[in-house]
Amino acid sequence: MATRAETLAEAARLRALFAEAGALPIETPILQPAETLLDLYGEDIRARAYVTSDALRGEQMLRPDFTVPVVQMHMEHGAEPARYTYAGEVFRRQEQDPARASEYVQVGYEVFDRASPAGADAEVFALISKALNGLNLRAATGDIGILLAAVKGLNTTDRRKAALMRHIWRPRRFRALLDRFSGRSPVPPTRAALLAASDPVPVTAPQIGLRSAAEIEGRIEALRLDAESDPIGATELAALETLLTVRETAPFALAHLRDIAVDLPAITPALYLLEARLDALDARGINVDRLDFEASYGRTSMEYYDGFVFGFYAESRPDLPAIATGGRYDALTRHLGKGAEIPAVGGVLRPGLMLDLNGAAA
Amino acid sequence: MTVKLGVPSKGRLMEKTFAWFDKRGISLIRTGSDREYAGAVTGVDGIDLVLLSAGEIPRELSAGRIHLGVTGTDLVQEKLPLWEQQVEELAPLGFGHADLVLAVPQCWIDVDTLDDLDAAAAAFRIAHGHRMRIATKYHRLVHGFLRDSGVADYQLVDSQGATEGTVMNETAEMIADITSTGETLRANHLKLLVDGLILRSQATLWRSRVAPVDSAEKHVLNVLIDRLG
Repeated sequence: MATRAETLAEAARLRALFAEAGALPIETPILQPAETLLDLYGEDIRARAYVTSDALRGEQMLRPDFTVPVVQMHMEHGAEPARYTYAGEVFRRQEQDPARASEYVQVGYEVFDRASPAGADAEVFALISKALNGLNLRAATGDIGILLAAVKGLNTTDRRKAALMRHIWRPRRFRALLDRFSGRSPVPPTRAALLAASDPVPVTAPQIGLRSAAEIEGRIEALRLDAESDPIGATELAALETLLTVRETAPFALAHLRDIAVDLPAITPALYLLEARLDALDARGINVDRLDFEASYGRTSMEYYDGFVFGFYAESRPDLPAIATGGRYDALTRHLGKGAEIPAVGGVLRPGLMLDLNGAAA
Repeated sequence: MTVKLGVPSKGRLMEKTFAWFDKRGISLIRTGSDREYAGAVTGVDGIDLVLLSAGEIPRELSAGRIHLGVTGTDLVQEKLPLWEQQVEELAPLGFGHADLVLAVPQCWIDVDTLDDLDAAAAAFRIAHGHRMRIATKYHRLVHGFLRDSGVADYQLVDSQGATEGTVMNETAEMIADITSTGETLRANHLKLLVDGLILRSQATLWRSRVAPVDSAEKHVLNVLIDRLG
């Protein structure tokens, strides 16, 4: 294991590398306001944040990552375009695996630039790939934007689309919803009984709790409307399911996705973006013919990413988490921008793990 | 040295544990005054009785301060990460049955499944500006269950007692708690979700995998386990 001093030295070296590439080194406080920021993380990180409080500032958390505080800082007073780099500890409670660190050092590079999203994606990926050079890692890539476009383009009700969108990041619930909206899974008996009941449904139990009678009636109304809607068509459903299984080297994946776009035309703009990104990666010296692309990559762990996603993994060490991860998070800038937004993409490295891998190889 | 056996220090759980061992020819007794937590074991030599709160027994097992302990499955799984690596289940004792369940107000006539709950939670968050609150003391188990089921937009709020009352007091929208007959839930106008069973629990005898044992203690453990089998 690398010592703390070695890890910090490696972090400083990487941050200097990113600064040389044009990024402004920045710092963020370790204590962050939990109330405003915690909700922006996915469940996994949210449940693992160390949250504490004091009488004056209320709930505070030890920063579980840098991206959210960096976006907040940029949206408040950042110049445009901007490139930032940072290095420091992040903190995550470990509830399951004692081998995983609850405090570790991250180094990151974030780009806020409207000019060329594909170019910025390639810039971040290539730079991180270069920093990891020699460690013999496997890169995984994906694109949440294609999934979002596929769901948005489905020929069904807005309410169903919203429900599916909400669960893009939870594959099991996504599948259950898809089964229900396509009529493949039977209506649960409890719901069938509710829908068969007289309108309004008689309620004998006392009204308790914050959730009001009006909210309950509203949902029953929504269920009635949903029951009258046509199921999602078989062609669209098959195309969407094929899309979720695409896992090939990038050029083949793109060709396969183009076939799928015949039945899901809404993903075409996202495919142009994927193609432009592959060209931009190629121009930066990445061998895209050997780059893996997985349509479902990033669905389980990377909740605020909504476009390009990537991770680097040590295949010889399946016990280790990703050595580097990153992606595009345009929607996050919208949440924190109070009306303003800017395309943004970034990635983080774990210098401690990099040193451990290097040490094992030496 | 001696083998340390940890058992619940009071109430029905203690009485039934004593009776379970008694049936197998090992008698556990409390010694000293009623208020003093001291005890003794007869029937097998070389065992010390340690009277503890059931909630502390998982921690004592995982710290290796006791070799054997009686406590609920729920407490072991909630309190010990990677519990299988820390303790071994020797015998379910057949009492102390309780289910860890999700329960919602009976007036939520539109919510009977996890699927309903998830949809209601999404709408609740939009209407109220905060996530649906679930009162519980079983944070790890509940969070793990809801994550695996793909339920979102909830938050856990800690409740160490009288959890069923939190909904009426409006400090939570629903609860996750232990129930044996469901009577308290019904009395508080709550109902179970049909697919909301998180864990079936009962009082169980555990062996610590980490407590150090010398050869004499190992012998005593074998004799005891043999007798209990």
